[in-house]
Amino acid sequence: MKRSLSVVAFACLALGACKRDGGGAGNAQGPLTLAGSTSVQPFAEKWSEAYSAAHPGAQINVQGGGSTAGIKAAQTGAAQIGTVSRDLKADEKSLTPIVVARDGIAIVVNPANPITDLTLAQVKAIFSGQAKSWKELGGIDKPLNVITREEGSGTRGAFEELALGGSKVATSALVQDSTGAVREMVHGDPAAIGYISLGLVNDQVKAVKLAGVDATEANVVAGKYPLVRPFLFVTQGAPTGTAKDFIAYVLSPAGQELVRKEGLIPAQ
Amino acid sequence: MRAALVRRALQMIAFSAIGVLALITVFIVREGAPVLYKTGVGHFLFGGAWRPLEGEFGIWPMIVGSTVVTIGALAIGVPLALACAIVLAELAPPRARALLKPTIELLAGIPSVVYGFMGVVLLVPWIREHLGGPGPSVLAASVILGIMIMPTIIGISIDALQAVPRSYREGSRALGATEWQTIRMVVLPAARSGLVAAVILGMGRALGETMAVIMVAGNSVRVPHAITDPVRTLTANIALEMGYASGDHARALFATAIVLFVIVMALNSLASLARRRPRRRTRRPLWRRALGALSRGAR
Repeated sequence: MKRSLSVVAFACLALGACKRDGGGAGNAQGPLTLAGSTSVQPFAEKWSEAYSAAHPGAQINVQGGGSTAGIKAAQTGAAQIGTVSRDLKADEKSLTPIVVARDGIAIVVNPANPITDLTLAQVKAIFSGQAKSWKELGGIDKPLNVITREEGSGTRGAFEELALGGSKVATSALVQDSTGAVREMVHGDPAAIGYISLGLVNDQVKAVKLAGVDATEANVVAGKYPLVRPFLFVTQGAPTGTAKDFIAYVLSPAGQELVRKEGLIPAQ
Repeated sequence: MRAALVRRALQMIAFSAIGVLALITVFIVREGAPVLYKTGVGHFLFGGAWRPLEGEFGIWPMIVGSTVVTIGALAIGVPLALACAIVLAELAPPRARALLKPTIELLAGIPSVVYGFMGVVLLVPWIREHLGGPGPSVLAASVILGIMIMPTIIGISIDALQAVPRSYREGSRALGATEWQTIRMVVLPAARSGLVAAVILGMGRALGETMAVIMVAGNSVRVPHAITDPVRTLTANIALEMGYASGDHARALFATAIVLFVIVMALNSLASLARRRPRRRTRRPLWRRALGALSRGAR
């Protein structure tokens, strides 16, 4: 009994150690660590894969933790690059921000919904739970079925900050844990409304205009569409070494093309 | 010599299962306890606000959610499952039984995501159109779970019914009781403890189910007021937010797991307690027996 326990315990420890080790040893320059926003994480992983393929021997660790954790990591030096999916706050300006991509957030409804245009005030009323029926917004006589993402989601965080001015989505909203699930739900319910990343809108759902502005990449680039969040890399001082090289790759046409394919909007 | 070696090896594998359980327990307690301590157990269990990013961890809406969904599932699943078990164990001709029993066992093998998908595609829109509300709801989750727990309950109930000695039935029929009277007044009471265990295990299954529930329950963190209201269960809370959670938020999810773990453990112990003493002619209700066993254990 005791022996088997210790065997199991040892196996677990060994596994844990392997996981933590993930590409540690070797390399004179040491590994490059990116930490922060979970929204940026999948794209940072794409970049790091492509960069590593072009630079054998380069070691890049991509970690999550959230935008605030990314800022802390950059400040304390735990990561050379912090990743952030919102604008920097006043007390975070000591870091050097580099916009690496942008992401629009589209408000989506069922294609059968006659509503095509909402104001930001209406969006706020809908998602904070003040508006109850589509009728109040000039639509069909059906209760609003608001769909949101789960707590901790980067998309939700950015949406609350940009569209709701920092207040929370009403607790009566239905919660789905992925963009796909939100889209599926809006697709299946004529009275549903949700928000998803602009790059992930397809013909299952209809993106509404915000205050008359179409939710398109062109309008995001032109700065007309209001719900846009930047994806930032932040560094303590000017980046050096591998970090500098990596950022240069990310901003290069090849790096930017990579995120465009994934549905983001290039930085420039 | 060889036999001894094999025995040792098998023994070790068997014990490693216990080891894994112990490790899981230690792990979730170690991860979850700090938040429980910081928030206070009472506040964590009975707090109505779940705002993990602001450090407010109250899982009361989820406890209520798990409870109502489980009760709903039992209300739908138990009568059907018991009826089914009675038919299969007592009334059905052997050939029908040979076909039906494996079919029901097959039901248990369908992945839960498939049940959830059926719920999303068929049940949720139906509820939205005919009963109102957003669609994903307590009712949708209860129906799906009710169906999902049936194979568990049916299987164990059939075993319990078949364990009742033939002589009981023969005696009853000899005294002039009809077949139905025999089932109702002799077989069912004799199999009671096994049937109770079946229901409790079904309950544990309903409480622990995650995927199908996330798909059809709507997951709003709110105490539901109607069966058409959306609801979030304890398991759904953990699975939904695990992906992005970090720091205290992640630890709060582990604390949710502790609560779930305790509830499921209690249910399973209750089930094995109910099963351990199969045929004692006693009219004492189950909770009295549980209390009795506890006090005996304490002495």
